[in-house]
Amino acid sequence: MRYLSGVTSLAFDEEQCTGCGRCTEVCPHGVFFLGDRKAAVIDRDRCMECGACAKNCEFGAITVTAGVGCASAIITSMITGGEPVCDCSGSKPNAASGGCC
Amino acid sequence: MSEMHPRTAIPLPFVKRTPPAFSRGTVGTPSGKVFRIATAWSRQDRWGAFRSRVSAYRMTYAVAPGLYAVGDPGPGSPVFVSASYKLSFDVLRRSLDGIDGWVLVLDTKGINVWCAAGKGTFGTDELVRRIRDAGLEQVVSHRRLIVPQLGAPGVSAAAVARETGFRVAFGPVEARDLKAYLAAGGKASPEMRTVRFTLADRLVLTPMEVLPAARKYPAFAAVVLLTMGLQPSGILFRDAWQHGWPLLLQGLAAVLAGAIVTPALLPWVPGRSFAVKGWLVGLVTAWLLGRIAAPPAGSTAVLVTTVMLLFFPLLSSYIALQFTGSTTFTSMSGTKKELRLFLPVYLAGVAATVVLLAAIKVKEWQLL
Repeated sequence: MRYLSGVTSLAFDEEQCTGCGRCTEVCPHGVFFLGDRKAAVIDRDRCMECGACAKNCEFGAITVTAGVGCASAIITSMITGGEPVCDCSGSKPNAASGGCC
Repeated sequence: MSEMHPRTAIPLPFVKRTPPAFSRGTVGTPSGKVFRIATAWSRQDRWGAFRSRVSAYRMTYAVAPGLYAVGDPGPGSPVFVSASYKLSFDVLRRSLDGIDGWVLVLDTKGINVWCAAGKGTFGTDELVRRIRDAGLEQVVSHRRLIVPQLGAPGVSAAAVARETGFRVAFGPVEARDLKAYLAAGGKASPEMRTVRFTLADRLVLTPMEVLPAARKYPAFAAVVLLTMGLQPSGILFRDAWQHGWPLLLQGLAAVLAGAIVTPALLPWVPGRSFAVKGWLVGLVTAWLLGRIAAPPAGSTAVLVTTVMLLFFPLLSSYIALQFTGSTTFTSMSGTKKELRLFLPVYLAGVAATVVLLAAIKVKEWQLL
């Protein structure tokens, strides 16, 4: 299954890459491939912006705006002007949140 | 929180707590005794897993954070890191049958690994704190941790190594692949590294998609019956029911189309946009249902049918769009794009529906 193409905020700077391979280890969608000396983005549109690669790239080669793809959280953030926050944490046990988390 | 002892204001570490139902005695470590956990699920565990799938029970379904033993572990045994959502913990311990090891549970406030990693509660700081609290460097002689791959959005392996000396190896996405992962010497195949979204994965999420919509259904039904029953002389119950029930049925079908049918048929419904997928499923549903449960014949039948085919597919679309928060492959940028495109459509649809309903009343009352 694939989601919309050409939307991800993922950016990869090959210059900074040392080819350690961490990104290929943590990406749950096979976005990266470890070539000879460096990693490469082979399937950009599969990126779901979870942020695992950027969090684990020691060399700052990867940036991505990570966040929740929760529609109701995004609508709330559009109204309040804040960042989309998933409300399924313990603070509001009866919140009308759906199946996320 | 029945497990908590009423007199202990501060939660006591290790075995001074009341043994949890899933424990099978204790195991001594240089840092103190820890509970040994069962690898089989009891009836209570299965019931808890079911309840957490269908209700807000999941919000309080948690285990105490800290170190646990599985099997008969020693200083050389592997350490598995988990979350304090009881279902995550239960899936892990079921996968560790026959393995001797340690399980380090992070305090994720009862949230699963992936979501907690996104929030940062399953994160570097909490992992570092738990390693220290458990005295892990005395419990094991090696310096390796197996962290679930889906914990990676919150855990920086490099930072954990810097602060504790423990090297993080990201294990497979699914706990059930752990044995194969260990047998391969800590190597995960590309399949183990990829998250999937099977029909079963999708269906298990649908009750929690239906629930928020179901809560709003009584209000929807009240509006429909009031509108349909409204006459210049007052509310006519006969009219309310005769004209209202096809719409009540449409509402129910639209919820099911958006919250169950669209998720179930996700790979086969055309389009990539969830709003489009939900609209298509909703349109087919509304059309089919309209043929079975047609509005009463009369001067307003065409207008009512228009409402059916306009409003209800948009409702299915909106509900289907909510599912982006539960999938394993949708992104925030993508969902934002969908909302920018479709929120105006939804608002216009609601406005048009209000106009149509007014037109139906005008025609009924023969005001023009």
